Amino acid sequence: MDKVILGDNQFFGVNHLSDERSRAQAVRFKEDQSILDVLNTAKDCGVNTFMCTTHDRIANIIALIKKNPEKYKDLKFHPCMPYAHKYANAVTELGIVGTLKAYIPGNILAVASKAGIAYVRKDFPTLMELLIDAEMKMFDGMNTPVIFLQNVIVDLLMGLGMDELFVHYAEYIKNKYNAEPGFITMNMPRMVDMCERLGIKNPIICSSINKIGFRMSGSIEEYEEYLRSDKEFRPMAMQCLAAGALNPQEAMGYVCQFPKIESVLFGASSKAHIQQNKDLIEQLSAEALKKMK
Amino acid sequence: MIKVAIIGLGKMGMSHCAILGAHPDVELVAMCDPDGLLQSAFKKLTKIACYTDYKRMIEETKPDAVYVVAPTKLHEEMVVYALEHGCHVFCEKPFSLTEKDGKIMVDAAKKYNKVNQVGYHNRFIGTFVEAKRMMDAGLIGKPFHFMGEAYGPVVLKSKGGTWRSDKRAGGGCVMDYAAHVLNLVNFVCGSPIVKVAGTSMPSIFSAEVDDAVYSTLILENGLKGQLSVCWSDDTVRKMTTSLKIEGDKGNLFIDATTLKIYVKEENKAEGLEKGWNEKYIPELTPIVFFNLRGEEYSEETDHFIQCIKQQKMFHCNTFEEAFKTDQIINALMEDSNNG
Repeated sequence: MDKVILGDNQFFGVNHLSDERSRAQAVRFKEDQSILDVLNTAKDCGVNTFMCTTHDRIANIIALIKKNPEKYKDLKFHPCMPYAHKYANAVTELGIVGTLKAYIPGNILAVASKAGIAYVRKDFPTLMELLIDAEMKMFDGMNTPVIFLQNVIVDLLMGLGMDELFVHYAEYIKNKYNAEPGFITMNMPRMVDMCERLGIKNPIICSSINKIGFRMSGSIEEYEEYLRSDKEFRPMAMQCLAAGALNPQEAMGYVCQFPKIESVLFGASSKAHIQQNKDLIEQLSAEALKKMK
Repeated sequence: MIKVAIIGLGKMGMSHCAILGAHPDVELVAMCDPDGLLQSAFKKLTKIACYTDYKRMIEETKPDAVYVVAPTKLHEEMVVYALEHGCHVFCEKPFSLTEKDGKIMVDAAKKYNKVNQVGYHNRFIGTFVEAKRMMDAGLIGKPFHFMGEAYGPVVLKSKGGTWRSDKRAGGGCVMDYAAHVLNLVNFVCGSPIVKVAGTSMPSIFSAEVDDAVYSTLILENGLKGQLSVCWSDDTVRKMTTSLKIEGDKGNLFIDATTLKIYVKEENKAEGLEKGWNEKYIPELTPIVFFNLRGEEYSEETDHFIQCIKQQKMFHCNTFEEAFKTDQIINALMEDSNNG
């Protein structure tokens, strides 16, 4: 994984600090081209990995990218699925079966299809595979080295104790997509323990990691203990700026003191911000490493 | 360990289920839902016992507490049954559809002396909690007006079909959205709403129910303010709730992410500069045991569980308070029909 990764919240009006800014962002990124412009800027700054939700608009961006394959040959995607609002709204409107019907390719009520057989047998791992395929369709032909499960699903399944689905997800992503499975969670230590228990080897786990302990469930001390431990997992840090409560220098300084953290995810739209974050992460990580030696 | 069983596994039920499953002091023993697909999923993938009959579930698993997350019209029979069988009860909102049902549940909770709580989660959001503290401390002086708002993209086109479009099942913007704002006004302003006036509840897309609610609310302490709520608003990504309170020494603007307070004079003890001051959710949010959809849902569940463990009532979101909110909902509907 690259050390520095660009996220997509800023494009879709997700702002954990202010509803007002969220609206302003939604206005700024109304056109697909405006999102691609930021990806171009990131590329110019040397940021080549884009971590994005499987939002309908990402399909539009990818269509634009495909027009210029040479230019984007180094671009890597880290898809994060599912785009939960889409399913939540569908379940409200169509019910569970209606939602499966709408999003699983083919007809789940046609008994002869893979979907139909899985539905009749209540074969949940296979239904999950079909949903993964549906979400991954938009990334056809793109480089997707890591495929993430969104925190809302990870933490839901973890709370419910539906362990088997994690094992199945990890295997399916490796076998079918030749990619690494990744897990986003608001509960990192618990997730690390669970993967260990289930035999999911060296999992990529993306979680909030910041100086003030924002969205670090359990306690910041527990997170730090795991980040300093020799437990087998590949941490990725998100929400390092604690939704803007920290300035970039102190925020990245905190994250970069943990050499175990493989990647740092951040959202930014301007060239100045992208460059600043990238430089800080690289420079502070190097300094931290030097100190350790 | 507190043994908990849950009735109803819609979106909220599922979320409660996962949070309860992760709570260190809870043993989630059983679920009850009529949906066949959910039944198989829980049977195949979890260790939670599955039932389709809630009475049988309560009799067989003998839980200490029951979460009632079924449609509102079913609350009364389920809540009373659980209380009669010695269970503490957490009930989702809207609490009751009729004055009669609400009163029966409030009385039953008192009679059996059990912990009772309703799912008004905004009361556990750091910005609103801080706003309440600021109001109690009189930081904006004597309030003279408030504005409570909520907007979101729930019903964006004409189509019926779910319980949200059925008045008798507890659907409608007034039940789903306005309830939160009414409850929040009671909480932050520290005085119950006692009267409503000039209510308008237009249907924009829905055939049977209201899609928006506009009204004037009058509190017991005399404070008046406006309510403006609409769930057919796609200018926002998700439900957005806010409160503005004007006082003779300053103003408060609060939503789920930001608290802004304007004070006419510096307040050193509170660290407030003259003019605008802002506080953001990261500094106002406690660290929780587990986070699924936001700290407030974990805090809400933890509050309920701690009340049971310590055999105490902390009086947050009790049946009685939720019943007051329901009474105002009924008053809004009546006022709108008369207008």
